[in-house]
Amino acid sequence: MLHELLNALEETLFMIFAAGLLTWIIGLPLGAILSVTAPEKFLANNVIHKSLNFLIHTTCSVPYIVLMIAVIPFTRLIIGSTEGSVAAVVPLTLAAVPTFAGLTEKAINHVQAGLIEAAKTVGASNFQIIYKILIPEALPNIIKSLTTTLVHLVGYSTIAGALGAGGLGGIIIAKGYQSFQTDYVLSTLVLLIVLVQIIQACGDYIANGSLHPQNNI
Amino acid sequence: MISLNGIEKIVRKGNIILHALKGITLNIEQGEIFGIIGRAGAGKSALIRCINLLEPPSGGAVLVDSCDLMTLTTEGLRNARRNIGMIFQHFNLLASRSVFDNIALPLELNGTPKDQIESQVRPLLELTQLEDKANAYPHQLNNGQKQRVAIARALINQPKVLLCEEATASLDPKAKQSILKLLSLINQKLNLTIVLITHELEVIKSICNRVAVLHEGEIVEQTTVLDFYSHPTSLVGKEFIKTAARNDLPTALRNRMHPDYRKNSYPIARIAFRNSNSQQPFLAMIIQQYNLSVNIIQANTEIIHNHLIGIMVAEMVGEKEDIESALRFLEHKKLHVEVLGYASRTA
Repeated sequence: MLHELLNALEETLFMIFAAGLLTWIIGLPLGAILSVTAPEKFLANNVIHKSLNFLIHTTCSVPYIVLMIAVIPFTRLIIGSTEGSVAAVVPLTLAAVPTFAGLTEKAINHVQAGLIEAAKTVGASNFQIIYKILIPEALPNIIKSLTTTLVHLVGYSTIAGALGAGGLGGIIIAKGYQSFQTDYVLSTLVLLIVLVQIIQACGDYIANGSLHPQNNI
Repeated sequence: MISLNGIEKIVRKGNIILHALKGITLNIEQGEIFGIIGRAGAGKSALIRCINLLEPPSGGAVLVDSCDLMTLTTEGLRNARRNIGMIFQHFNLLASRSVFDNIALPLELNGTPKDQIESQVRPLLELTQLEDKANAYPHQLNNGQKQRVAIARALINQPKVLLCEEATASLDPKAKQSILKLLSLINQKLNLTIVLITHELEVIKSICNRVAVLHEGEIVEQTTVLDFYSHPTSLVGKEFIKTAARNDLPTALRNRMHPDYRKNSYPIARIAFRNSNSQQPFLAMIIQQYNLSVNIIQANTEIIHNHLIGIMVAEMVGEKEDIESALRFLEHKKLHVEVLGYASRTA
């Protein structure tokens, strides 16, 4: 049993962190673009902003289980299969990117507009303003957004597990739902709760402590 | 050094079209401290943002160091801006960076190697007296220190011009004095041209050489600070001088003052005189000729750019007609008289 649980945990961790990493890589620039192209912002562009916003809001409004089934052809195209935890990373990422990009946009919106002016006066390019000024200044809030996104991913990954991706979600379906084995249910439950708590605690620690010394007064 | 020609700025906010700057023409010389004073909403911040095209004007030409900024490419403008430092009312420091890294930011942006950054930041920390704060973060500093960091950051590219947007407006009086002193010092030491906008006469008086008065998007007066302080010509300019003088009066007197003439009240006049016209006993003359009693409330001398200027505030008691003649007489003697208000006599 322990072996099974550890295997499942490993699969779950893989799904969450692989999807989390991809979400960071795709979602961070998307969130930044969303923020700076908004009306009255320094790279205001209605077409880009509105289409990205539309895309994000539509994806966000699709329940995860529907999204996962709907993107099966796309998953097959990229991974070559739709079974297992590697394949699940595709729909997980697609589900997490919009949430994370939306939260990142809000985090960057909170950076004072004056900093952009100051950066311009010292000769910063638009790209430099985004990665040297806006993202570093918003980083604590972006990290908090990532934490929230990872917690969402834990939930999504169990649904994915029910649809053949394995992991703790797979265990709960196979051992819990199909042959009610209380010990499996309880251990899975405890593992998931501990996992979420660890993610939350790490996220808070990084966001509050090491990145922004001003929170350490 | 800086020349603005017919600057127009039209701002659209929904259906409202605001003509923020109406044909501003200004020439600012190399090495001077030029002040632009105006009330809130006069267009000061739009004007100073035109000089580095943070907010590009809708029309006109901006020349800084003989370079026509409006014709530059994006890349060209970025390079030109390194020549024009700017500091802000709210400092605009990066909370995530230490003092040292805030000052080093402009160098990082233009790809200066690490070892050179260190050797360029150190002298500025020294100049702005922040040596012991190099590793502190902005939230650990007071506002005066924050503005010093902003000044150091603005100077790191060795600009020829420094623009100051209400740089002392959020500072307490002590920090204000020290920042003004620092600006004056860097103006002399680095031969830096400084343009500042402010709503405070004190800032103009203490460090500027020349001043322009901005009112509703137009320059209504442009003169030396000495002339401005002794005899402003525009209505808004006069109002600045009078407000400052009124604020210096004792509260008890201010409480019985009103702006217009009323029965049984007497004018409180601010009389400014320079070396050349301080030879005659003009007070004695008006007392004798017009049969007035003159009650001196304040009298002091100030030195503005090595020129002595005397300011006296006095209450003039007598018949209404006599007072008016006396005031005309003083004007005729080239003394500059502003009536600050009328004080009623307490019985």
